[in-house]
Amino acid sequence: MYNFEFKSPSTIADAVAALAGEDAQALGGGQTLIPTMKQRLAAPATLVRLGGIPELKGVCVEDDGSIAIGAATTHATVAREVADKYPALADLAGHIGDPAVRNRGTIGGSLANNDPAACYPAAVLGSGAMVVTNSRQIAADDFFQGMFTTALDEGEIITSVRFPVPQAASYQKFLQPASRFALVGVFLARFADGVRVAVTGASEEGVFRWAEAEQALNKEFRPDALMDLRVNPMNMIGDLHGSKEYRAHLVGVMTRRAVQACI
Amino acid sequence: MTQVSMTVNGKTVSGDVEGRTLLSSFLRDHLSLTGTHVGCDTAQCGACVVHVNGEAVKSCNMLALEADGAEVGTIEGQANPDGSLNVIQQAFQDHHGLQCGFCTPGMVMSAAALLKENPRPTEAEIRKYLEGNLCRCTGYHNIVKAIMAASGQDVSHIAAE
Ligand SMILES: Cc1cc2nc3c(=O)[nH]c(=O)nc-3n(C[C@H](O)[C@H](O)[C@H](O)COP(=O)(O)OP(=O)(O)OC[C@H]3O[C@@H](n4cnc5c(N)ncnc54)[C@H](O)[C@@H]3O)c2cc1C
Ligand code: FES
Ligand code: FES
Repeated sequence: MYNFEFKSPSTIADAVAALAGEDAQALGGGQTLIPTMKQRLAAPATLVRLGGIPELKGVCVEDDGSIAIGAATTHATVAREVADKYPALADLAGHIGDPAVRNRGTIGGSLANNDPAACYPAAVLGSGAMVVTNSRQIAADDFFQGMFTTALDEGEIITSVRFPVPQAASYQKFLQPASRFALVGVFLARFADGVRVAVTGASEEGVFRWAEAEQALNKEFRPDALMDLRVNPMNMIGDLHGSKEYRAHLVGVMTRRAVQACI
Repeated sequence: MTQVSMTVNGKTVSGDVEGRTLLSSFLRDHLSLTGTHVGCDTAQCGACVVHVNGEAVKSCNMLALEADGAEVGTIEGQANPDGSLNVIQQAFQDHHGLQCGFCTPGMVMSAAALLKENPRPTEAEIRKYLEGNLCRCTGYHNIVKAIMAASGQDVSHIAAE
């Protein structure tokens, strides 16, 4: 790892100011960034730690019933604190990596990174959540822009994420046991005005909504409603852990399991 | 160089570190606390697990400066005040929860974090909690058995492996 200057601001304003410097990068829990820096795939001149900013941490329920989670809140805290408010989200957070990773890794870091096999992007897109940054609000449908790519500008930081709470939801993760990420993960949320299905781990384009499945489930909310639907294997990830066809198949299986879990 | 200060196993320590100095390097190279092992250095194996403010973390995946002001616990601080093995360490010895011993510091630190959170875990809960701690020798059974025994549960029905 190349050396860098380490800054630990205690307010969002100071963090944003520090990130305006040349080659400055935000440090969330470091669970992705530190390994990346060890491999010299990232070499910031300045690392701006967000973990020392109290306003970025914690979970609260807003007036409209949605749940706001500070960007620097760890996976372990989310698993604990939203368990009774949004069980599917708590379940997802509680199955990221392992306990030590969950004690450091943060929701903001996971979303900013947008790993194609990460879990949180599926929850955010599946819930139709709002990503709040230091300068604006970005709807989930606009936030994810392909593998490792998001709508965030240079130096912009996520400050919180607001989740509307669905009537029922489920995250079904097919574990890639070596990395502990999702080989394929499906987050399904059922709201009064419709169903949202978000798929992670599968596509070369990163997390995506499976529109045909949503339409079918809006007509009939049963696993069998999906029996004739297939995602196109062409755009799926194919690697030593699973072929394109295998992942395409898993998308169907995991989505049906998610529906079953919501009934 | 920046000065970092923290409490390690109850003692206040400080040292000059670079931004990139890992907590694992600070413990091992600056403080000579080499009980914390570095197996993979990529956040996969869990040999380097220590406690930071009471929570299990992989010290190879955290900067020393991030632990500034924190309370850090390592394997060196686990024994009883009179130097005898604590309940978890003793159970690992009694139930052959280690062979080469490389993974053991991380296993013991993870086990301590688990038992603090969940004093009487089931076998399945122990296995799930140890997801991020890899052992190349034991096949895990005796580690799980040792942790069950350390939690005061009867393990006589679990066959020796
Ligand atoms: C062994 C292991 C297993 C894992 N398993 C899983 C898994 O099963 N599922 C899963 O989803 N993830 C998994 N992860 C990844 C983990 O969830 C990370 O915590 C997450 O991807 C990154 O979050 P972080 O807080 O550690 O961010 P960092 O590593 O600190 O940062 C990641 C990126 O986000 C940027 N960033 C951080 N915070 C912000 C912010 N608030 N605003 C803007 N940019 C920001 C950083 O600059 C960097 O580019 C695993 C990691 C490990 C090491
Ligand atoms: S050395 Fe830290 S996880 Fe392997
Ligand atoms: S005892 Fe050798 S790695 Fe676990």
